[in-house]
Amino acid sequence: MSTAVTTSGSTGLPDVPVLRITPPSRWWVIPAGELWAYRELLYFFVWRELKVRYKQTVVGAAWAVVQPFLTMLIFSLFFGKLANIPSGGLPYPVFYYSALLPWMYFAASVQNATNKIVENQNVITKVYFPRLILPISGTVSGLMDFGISFLMFVVIMIYYRIHPGWAILMLPVFLLLAVLTALGVGLWLSALNAIYRDVRYVVPFLVQFWMFASPVVYPSSLVSARWPKWAWLYGLNPMVGVIEGFRWSLTGTGNPPGRMVLASFAAVLVVLVCGLMYFQKMETTIADVV
Amino acid sequence: MSEPVIRVERIGKRYRLGEGLRHTALRNVIGDALRAPLRLLTGSSHIRNNGPGASSPVTNAGASAGMAAGSSRFIWALKDVNFEVRQGEAVGVIGRNGAGKSTLLKILARTTRPTEGHAEIHGRIGSLLEVGTGFHPELTGRENVYMSGAILGMRKAEIDRKFDEIVAFSEVERFLDTPLKHYSSGMQMRLAFAVAAHLEPEILFVDEVLAVGDAAFQKKCLGKMSEVTNEGRTILFVSHNAAAMQSLCSRAILLKDGLLIQDGPFVAVMSEYLAKSTNPSTESLWPNQSDAPGNDVIRIRKVSVHSESDHGATNLDAELITVRTPLVIEFEYWNLKPRALLNLSLLVYTEDGVLAFNTGPVTEPVWQGKPFPGGLFRSVCYLPGDLLNDGFHRLTLLVVENQAHIVYRHEDILTFEVHEDGASRKGWYGDWPGATRPALRWTTELVSPAAALQQR
Repeated sequence: MSTAVTTSGSTGLPDVPVLRITPPSRWWVIPAGELWAYRELLYFFVWRELKVRYKQTVVGAAWAVVQPFLTMLIFSLFFGKLANIPSGGLPYPVFYYSALLPWMYFAASVQNATNKIVENQNVITKVYFPRLILPISGTVSGLMDFGISFLMFVVIMIYYRIHPGWAILMLPVFLLLAVLTALGVGLWLSALNAIYRDVRYVVPFLVQFWMFASPVVYPSSLVSARWPKWAWLYGLNPMVGVIEGFRWSLTGTGNPPGRMVLASFAAVLVVLVCGLMYFQKMETTIADVV
Repeated sequence: MSEPVIRVERIGKRYRLGEGLRHTALRNVIGDALRAPLRLLTGSSHIRNNGPGASSPVTNAGASAGMAAGSSRFIWALKDVNFEVRQGEAVGVIGRNGAGKSTLLKILARTTRPTEGHAEIHGRIGSLLEVGTGFHPELTGRENVYMSGAILGMRKAEIDRKFDEIVAFSEVERFLDTPLKHYSSGMQMRLAFAVAAHLEPEILFVDEVLAVGDAAFQKKCLGKMSEVTNEGRTILFVSHNAAAMQSLCSRAILLKDGLLIQDGPFVAVMSEYLAKSTNPSTESLWPNQSDAPGNDVIRIRKVSVHSESDHGATNLDAELITVRTPLVIEFEYWNLKPRALLNLSLLVYTEDGVLAFNTGPVTEPVWQGKPFPGGLFRSVCYLPGDLLNDGFHRLTLLVVENQAHIVYRHEDILTFEVHEDGASRKGWYGDWPGATRPALRWTTELVSPAAALQQR
């Protein structure tokens, strides 16, 4: 304990970070450097959530498999066997599970990110860190459950002897699209939820509506066959691109990514950028209103 | 003299008053958004309550701190605050509740943004606006050390390195792998402070964290803090607890209604603050009998409380009343009922409304049991020092006739504050419990030395 801090004394205070505190600016920038500096905190937020999520549960992380698996069974039975929804030749379990993988990730991440600001209000009012970390951690921590439920998918694929082709190399792209979509929506909803607690009641409905607006229980070819001129509009729902992309790259069948996916990419970019702008606008006042 | 490490220039913070944001109905916002969809993104939506972009009719010019001139919908929690802090200084920020102390600290710790002005901080910042930030009840003690450390700004490697030291400081080694929810609040507090104390920032902001824990732990915390200043680091310290601050801070900044009104050596600012905060109602005078409080038996002319050494002096330069000050409480009253057998009775209440004690002139043989002629009387009650506890006290006066019925009762006839006196605390910085704080005679002697016990 001998190192007294004596860096100053000379002029200019070398090697010392200088922080300027100013009124909120009207311009927005992505605080990329700051996010990088706080990457360990992001890691800790994700780590804490994963630690806490399945504490005091009996089957623990198995829930990540049980939920999509049971949903897949129900969908296969009712939408598949009873309603005879076309699956493009895929066994229904594969057809539904490959869509539920990204969908369940998306639904959980959006709800998770929405609550992040409110959940951590006592931290937000006491300590500074880039608030962006919170919704980001909400979307990143869902990847763990995604990974676990993906293992189940591998088992299903082996059971049905389906070999994915080269298209599977594209999977990370669609996963990224899913993450960015969840983040973009999560940014909006978490900031709104900080001010208007109505949001938390809206989100479950929103997610449910969104599922039927996405090709989870049906193939998107059904939509483009019925309304061919409006397929691009349908594609503006980014989850259309994500889910079709997942089915295509995992099973090698279905629609290869076309205009629809490009529209999805464009849409997610808009949602994300606007989300970042809005979130940053809110960030300056969140501690005062949360 | 070294360079300033904190420079605050014209910092101001305006809050919106009243119902404000939280109760803004979502439908209004949706309505607004439909009318002007871009406003949500581009700036002055009515969600924002500060910032130069906020389109409020209030102009800064002429608006006094505390209350904006043009509109009562906004309040300036801070206005035009300027100061500099040099490296290694320990500065106490003092002021009453609502003076803007915490707002200032929040701005510097960046949990809120100023409305105007700017500040510059050179060096790594640690802020202790609350201990236990980031603690989660489901996580174990070990896990919480990491989480809290990360939130306070430590790197994982740094926590790894200091982990044993933190645990030793917290004295909860045995429960490290127990979930935090099974900890007592004292244990949680120790662990939380241990993490915070091992931050090694160049600049530390501290807000009221010492008001917790037992005396020994408080002492340990204060020791750690002064160690920090001795290492050349800078501390900005906000607390109501003058005694705790005095042992740490060499300089103080006094805030009042959002304005910085004094900045100087701690002792000078502190005594100024205490002098200003003495309650002006320590004396009340009703020169005219006709409108004086009372009834047809008795009318009050004057009540006052002074320190005994001030007795007879004017109220203007009254000495500060501390827990050690002997007090004189004086009543002047007209007796309007000749030959009445009167008795005064004084009830002393503490801030919490607890009746500390009741006193009356029972040891005054001259008037005991004797009828009072008509005329003006003066009764004086002498309260010794080391009797009252610190805090506000309220006095209720009773006038009793024939030792039997109350002819007059005046509640809260006087209110005064008894201030803390740092010297009598002997290292304890928390609340001093009890309705009174008498200094009683104690004796302690060694009855039999340990060696003698062993021999038997």
